[in-house]
Amino acid sequence: MFGKLSWEAVPFHEPIVMVTIAMIALGGLALFAAITYFKKWTYLWTEWLTSVDHKKIGVMYIIVAMIMLLRGFADAIMMRTQLAMATEGSPGYLPPEHYDQIFTAHGVIMIIFMAMPFFTGLMNLAVPLQIGARDVAYPFLNSLSFWLLVSGVVLVNLSLGVGEFAKTGWVAYPPLSGLQYSPGVGMDYYIWALQLSGLGTTLTGVNFLATVLKMRAPGMKLMDMPIFTWTCTWANVLIVASFPILTATLALLTLDRYMDFHIFTSELGGNPMMYVNLFWAWGHPEVYILILPAFGIFSEVISTFTGKRLFGHHSMVYASGAISILGFMVWLHHFFTMGSGASVNAFFGLATMLISIPTGVKLFNWLFTIYQGRLRFTSQVLWTLGFMVTFAIGGMTGVLLAIPGADFVLHNSLFVIAHFHNVIIGGAVFGYIAGFSFYFPKAFGFKLNESWGKAAFWFWISGFFVAFMPLYALGFMGMTRRLNASTNPEWVPYLYVALFGAVLIAIGIACQLIQLYVSVRDRKLPQNACEHGDPWNGHTLEWSTSSPPPFYNFAVVPRVDTIDAFTEAKENGTAYQAPAKYSPIHMPNNTATGVYMGALLTVFGFAMIWHIWWLAIVGLVGTVVVFVAHAARDDQGYMVPVETIERIEAEQHKRLVAAKAIPATRVETKLEQA
Amino acid sequence: MSNLATTAGHAHGHDHEHEEHHDAGETTVFGFWLYLMTDCILFASIFAVYAVLVNNVAGGPSGHDIFELPYVLGETALLLFSSITYGFAMLALFKGKKQQVLFWLAMTFLLGAGFIAMEINEFHLLISEGYGPSRSGFLSGFFTLVGTHGLHVTSGLIWMAIMMYQVQKNGLTSTNKTRLSCLSLFWHFLDVVWICVFTVVYLMGTL
Repeated sequence: MFGKLSWEAVPFHEPIVMVTIAMIALGGLALFAAITYFKKWTYLWTEWLTSVDHKKIGVMYIIVAMIMLLRGFADAIMMRTQLAMATEGSPGYLPPEHYDQIFTAHGVIMIIFMAMPFFTGLMNLAVPLQIGARDVAYPFLNSLSFWLLVSGVVLVNLSLGVGEFAKTGWVAYPPLSGLQYSPGVGMDYYIWALQLSGLGTTLTGVNFLATVLKMRAPGMKLMDMPIFTWTCTWANVLIVASFPILTATLALLTLDRYMDFHIFTSELGGNPMMYVNLFWAWGHPEVYILILPAFGIFSEVISTFTGKRLFGHHSMVYASGAISILGFMVWLHHFFTMGSGASVNAFFGLATMLISIPTGVKLFNWLFTIYQGRLRFTSQVLWTLGFMVTFAIGGMTGVLLAIPGADFVLHNSLFVIAHFHNVIIGGAVFGYIAGFSFYFPKAFGFKLNESWGKAAFWFWISGFFVAFMPLYALGFMGMTRRLNASTNPEWVPYLYVALFGAVLIAIGIACQLIQLYVSVRDRKLPQNACEHGDPWNGHTLEWSTSSPPPFYNFAVVPRVDTIDAFTEAKENGTAYQAPAKYSPIHMPNNTATGVYMGALLTVFGFAMIWHIWWLAIVGLVGTVVVFVAHAARDDQGYMVPVETIERIEAEQHKRLVAAKAIPATRVETKLEQA
Repeated sequence: MSNLATTAGHAHGHDHEHEEHHDAGETTVFGFWLYLMTDCILFASIFAVYAVLVNNVAGGPSGHDIFELPYVLGETALLLFSSITYGFAMLALFKGKKQQVLFWLAMTFLLGAGFIAMEINEFHLLISEGYGPSRSGFLSGFFTLVGTHGLHVTSGLIWMAIMMYQVQKNGLTSTNKTRLSCLSLFWHFLDVVWICVFTVVYLMGTL
């Protein structure tokens, strides 16, 4: 009846896990009680969970990402503590099978459930506004993508209390991830969590490519799209080209584990190295999916806070394209030691090194944008400058690893760990945090506290260097990755320093939480409120709307003929111009279909993990039925009446006058009446 | 010069609404093309896997021993003819002839169902002879590739059945036209994939 599921699946004998579960349960209960007490369920359901508004979906993505950042970071600090304790014969406090789950969960969560939703959230929030669109091409699909991600999040976190998680590392190479060596449900949690959220990501890629190709404001040429939109577009090209490979690979591993196929097994003609090739044919483009949007945010930040147009906008677009294409030709550098021979390794080594050229172009473009500009040292700019230094170091260690000979020595060592944390934290994470505080006022109408933001930056960056520079040294000293204990006394001081670095990052994260609290508390203060919508004197269309923008984004679809459309409009005096007459706007209706499909697919995934076949069929058939019913309803949306638009725009007009963005004399009679 | 209010004052009214709906259909078909390209990469991955595994027979049979070309030619004919009949359904759609659309969709459905029936029969025979996917890497690759295509065709059949019901109930609405166009792309795409399967798996496996 319940497949492999029984009460033994709950780890009652593990105090660390049980305390964590108790904390989560208490927190969840408190949240549930608070929502009920304040009678917010209806609001939450109608305004957020069932919303198809790209801005709200973006905010929900970022909330998920930040919660997962806390979860993934808790894993990180547990690992660093274990490694600092388990030296010279001491076992530490985590048994190996628990430690193995933690490093796997840390990798999966940080890549798939923190970085990906963070990027997707920022893209949702900004891209349709940047191109002057009223929503994405397929609003319902967007909601479905989000709920597929939530399915994955639920499954990966459920594994904490029901059963176990994979012990294979986040790459899950067979034969270790095969049935013979991973007979438990941990690998199946991994497979279904990644499979469902990966499907959502593919749909997001399709959705946003169609959005930028079909929904741009009239007059906006492709090359005139703002740089963040462009880097997201390249990331989406990579998504649609690489995520199907992940889908296929996971499906093949599923067949091996569930139906006794021999695709990746090491017997009866299976080929485990084929998994490694396929995994990285997705996995390497994936890291560029993470970093390219961050590059876009840095570009927006630098050009906004120098008050200049981005230097070499077009070269930035081409450089991103070059990185995307080259990113598909380097996957083998993750396993030079496979033994493909000198020529193959040389090709992939050279292709890898080539990527540093377009990346260098970008770095110089940012420097030339700053040159002769008047840089305002806001927290966003600090993150950007910190990124430029940190990422340059990470890029150079990457070029070092691209030399096959050097890689044979450093493969699987902590040097590799230091390198990819150097580029992912110093590149992607810094970018997302910069983007978070850059776009926060757009989403909520008030700015984040700068002092706490800057404190967070200094703790993060110093913590990063203290935590990861020792790992470069440890790598050279021969310490391999995924060790749960060490015996070499020479490594000990470095492990202590690394733990101290992790504590510094923890303080940085605490500063961010305090920053959020303080900012919400002080949101009404005049220096923080910016509901008129343009707190940074921005260049592009998203800043021409109120904050938060009206649900239809633009009362009148703007016409765009240049790169920095809003700057141009502010200069020639056409910004904020109200039309003589508004027209009704066609908008999509909210729908709960995405929520239901996500919930049913979570049930399906859970049932597959525990081999509860009847429930799996119920989940899958239910999903199809809900979708077909949605399609049969054929909801054509609704028209927003002119009166509503006039009322909303009149409010915005008052805010603009109050903010002195436009002179009070320009109030039109019609708007006054409204 | 950018002018953020240039399009102001244009009275869109009914025309605008009509235009928007027209655009929506076009955008849907465009997005479906993008989806098909992701599906294409999924198939490409599985083709690559098959190519790697094809010689790993592990002492079991090779394609030469188990494939029956005339039988597969019959399957192929059914699927290719189903593409033609779907084409006729689309022609009828453009002419606005509902009954003809339904007739040709039903023909397509029958041909597609025949293809799936033949494939299931082929799989059944192989497995009952002891040549199931667990036998060798080659057979795992074969069942995965051909089975993935078969699952796609099956989804297409379910979709087609729903569309026939929708057309019967609501007529040739713009939504149904868009959806039939997407299904058309899907169906022809699966035909193209099958031609690759037929060549790479069956022809190259036996000749």
